[in-house]
Amino acid sequence: MQEEKQSNSLTRQILQSISNAGLVPFLAILTAVVLGGIIIAFVGGNPFLAYRGLIEGSFGSTKALSETAVWATPYIFAGLAVALAFKGGLFNIGAEGQLAVGAVFSALIGYALPEWLGVDLPTIIHLPLAILVGMLMGGLWAGIVGWLKAYTGGHEVINTIMMNYIALNTTSFLLNGIMKDRSPTNVIARTPLIADSARMPAIFDGLRVHWGFILALLVAFFIWWLLNKTTLGFEIRTVGLNPDAAQYAGINVKRTIILTMILSGALAGLAGAIEVTGLNYRHELGFSIGYGYDAIAIALLGKSHPLGIVLAAFLFAAMRNGATRMQFLTQMPVDLISMIQALILLFVAADAIIRYIYRIKAKGERVVLTRGWGG
Amino acid sequence: MDWKRFGFIALIIIVLFSVVVMVGQAKQPPLLIVTSMLATTIAVATPLTLGALSGVFCERAGVVNIGIEGMMLTAAFFGWLGGIYMFNIFHLPPSVSIGLGVFFAVLTGALMSLLHAMLSITFKVDQIIGGTVINILAVGLTGFLNRQLFFGAGSVFGGSVPSSAGVLPTIHIPITELFSSVCGTSATCLQNVQAINRVFDQKPIAMGAVLLVFLSHYILFNTRWGLRTRAVGEHPKAADTVGINVIKMRYANVIIGGMFAGLAGAYFTIESVPSFEPLLTNGRGFISLAAMIFGNWTPIGAWAASLVFGASQALLINMQIFRDVIPPQWSFLQESYIVGLTPYILTMFILTGIIGKTTPPAADGVPYEK
Repeated sequence: MQEEKQSNSLTRQILQSISNAGLVPFLAILTAVVLGGIIIAFVGGNPFLAYRGLIEGSFGSTKALSETAVWATPYIFAGLAVALAFKGGLFNIGAEGQLAVGAVFSALIGYALPEWLGVDLPTIIHLPLAILVGMLMGGLWAGIVGWLKAYTGGHEVINTIMMNYIALNTTSFLLNGIMKDRSPTNVIARTPLIADSARMPAIFDGLRVHWGFILALLVAFFIWWLLNKTTLGFEIRTVGLNPDAAQYAGINVKRTIILTMILSGALAGLAGAIEVTGLNYRHELGFSIGYGYDAIAIALLGKSHPLGIVLAAFLFAAMRNGATRMQFLTQMPVDLISMIQALILLFVAADAIIRYIYRIKAKGERVVLTRGWGG
Repeated sequence: MDWKRFGFIALIIIVLFSVVVMVGQAKQPPLLIVTSMLATTIAVATPLTLGALSGVFCERAGVVNIGIEGMMLTAAFFGWLGGIYMFNIFHLPPSVSIGLGVFFAVLTGALMSLLHAMLSITFKVDQIIGGTVINILAVGLTGFLNRQLFFGAGSVFGGSVPSSAGVLPTIHIPITELFSSVCGTSATCLQNVQAINRVFDQKPIAMGAVLLVFLSHYILFNTRWGLRTRAVGEHPKAADTVGINVIKMRYANVIIGGMFAGLAGAYFTIESVPSFEPLLTNGRGFISLAAMIFGNWTPIGAWAASLVFGASQALLINMQIFRDVIPPQWSFLQESYIVGLTPYILTMFILTGIIGKTTPPAADGVPYEK
C-alpha cells in the first residue's frame, strides 16, 4: 500500500516535471500562433486557411514529412551547437558563420580532393573526410573566439558576430574567386558539385531525406550523454554555472571555455557539412542566411536540452517547410514565418510575460544564461 | 580616456589616410584627398556614433543593449515607410515627408527600446537574450512588412515600391565665403579653403550626431541627470537609498538610447539613400557596441572609436574613386571583401583589451531587485 503510493507519487512527479518543462514553451508557441493569426487577419489574410496550409505543407504527405526532416537536420545540429555553449555559460551567436565555414571546406574536400590526389576515392573514406574537415573548420572558427574569451576576456557575443561577418566576407571572396564553379553557364557564387563519392545517400528512394537526419538524432543523443554522463560534460556545466567555483574545484576553466566553443563550433560546422554532402552537393552563397539566429531560438525553445532541441527543430522545420504551401493558399509572404518565430522566441525568452498572462507561478531559481562585458 | 587609446585611434586613422593619399596623389592634390576622406569618414561614422551613444546611455544606466542593430533596422524601415506614406498617400510636400520620416524613425527606435526596457527591467529577462530577441524580431518584422506592404495581395502600392520623397539635403557652412577675402587673388588659397570647407558641409543627421556627442558628454558628466544615470548603473541600491527612482531612470535612459538608435536608422534610409533593403544595417549596431566599449563608455571616446571604423569604410569608398590610378602593388585594396574585413577584425582586436583595459559600469546587465 505504502509502496504503491510512493511509486504513484513518483510517476506523478515525473509527469509534473515534464509538464513543468513543457508548459511554458507550449503556451509561448500558442500565444505566438494566436498573435500571428491576428497579424494575418490584420493584413487581410485568412488565418485558418494560412495555418491549414502550414500544417498540410509540413505534415500532409510522405513527401512533405521528408522535406520537414530535411529542414530539421541542420536545425538540430545548429540548435545543439548553441545549447552546448549555453550549458558552458557562453552565448554562441556565431553558428551562422561556423556553419558557412564548415560548408565551404566540406565542399572543397568534396570536389577538389580527388583532383589533388589524382585518384577516385571510395565513399567510405571520402564522405567521412569531407564531413570531418567541415566539422574541424567550424570548431576552429569558434575556437578562436573561445581562446580570445579565455585569455583576453574579449566578449564572445560580439566576437562571434564579428566572426560571422568575417566568414561571410571570406566565403564571398572564395566563392566569387578561386572556388567558383567554372562551368560556362554559371553566374552565381557557388562551388562546383562535389564528387559522387562524397555524397550521402538518401534513406528512401525518391525522397530527399538523407542519412544526415539519422546522424542528427544520434548526435543529439551523444550530446546528452556527453553533458550528463562524462567528466567533460560535468566540467562544461560547472564552468557554465559558476566559473569561480569551478576554478576552486580544480577545473581548468580556460581550457574548458575553449573546448566548449570548439565543440559548439564543430556542431555548427557539422550542420554545414551535412547540408553540403547530404542535400545541396555544393556550397552556394546565401543558402544559410538565418540558420544561426534560428538556432538560438531553437536552443532557447528546447531549453538547451537535446530532446527539447529535436522537438523545437521539428517545429521550426515544419514552419519553414509549410510556408510555401501557406503562401500558395493565402498569398501570405514566407517572411511571415520569421515574424511568428520571432514572437515564439520573444515569449520563450521572456517567460515572465507568459507566466504573467497565464498566471503560472515561477519555480526554482532564475537561470543565468549570459554574462556582461566584464568577462 | 587615456592617451594610449587616443594615440592608437590617431595612429590607425593616420595610416588609413596615408594609404589613400599615396594611392590618390596621382589624381588629386593631397589636401583635397585628406579633406574629402575626412568628410566621408565623419558621414559614414554617423550610424556608429549614434549607435555607440545609444549604448552609452543604456549601459551607463545599467542595461546592456545588444539590440541596437535591430532598433536601427526597424527605425530605418519605418522612417522610410513613414516618409513614403506621407509623400505618396497623403501627398505632403517632399521636405515635410522627409522630416516626418525622421520623426517616425526616432519614434520607432523609442518604441523598440521600450520593449527592451520592459523585457530587461520589468520582466528581468537575461539582457543579452532580450537584445537578441529584438534583433530577430526586427529582421522578421521588416522582412515581412517590406514584402507584404508593397507586393502582397491588396497592397495600396500595387506591387511596386513607390518613389520616396528623397534624402536630407547637405547643409552648407559658409567657410569659403567668410575666408575668400583673406585669400585675395590667390587661386590656390581659395581652392584650399574650399577643400577644407568640404569637411564641414555635412547632412543634418551627421552634423547632429557630432553635436549630440558633446551634448551627451556634458549631460552624463556635468548634470544632475547624468550623475543619477551613472549612479543607477554603478550602484543601484545606493542610488535607491538616496531617493533616486532606479526603475524610472533606467527606463528613461534606455528610451533615450533607443531614440539615438532610431536616428541612426534614419541615417540609412533618409539621409544616405532613399531606399530600404532587408538587413541593410549589416552589423553596424554591433560594431557601435565595440566602439562604445573601446571608448570606455564615454560619448567622446565612443565617437573617436567610431571614426576609426568610419575611416576604414571611407578608405573602401575612396579606392573606388581612384580605381584607375591604383598602382599594381596596392591593387588588393580594391578587393572589397578583404578590405571590408577591417572593421570586424579591428573590433575583435580592440576587444582583446591590449590597448588598455576598459571598465563597464558595475551594475551593467544586472536587473535591480529591491
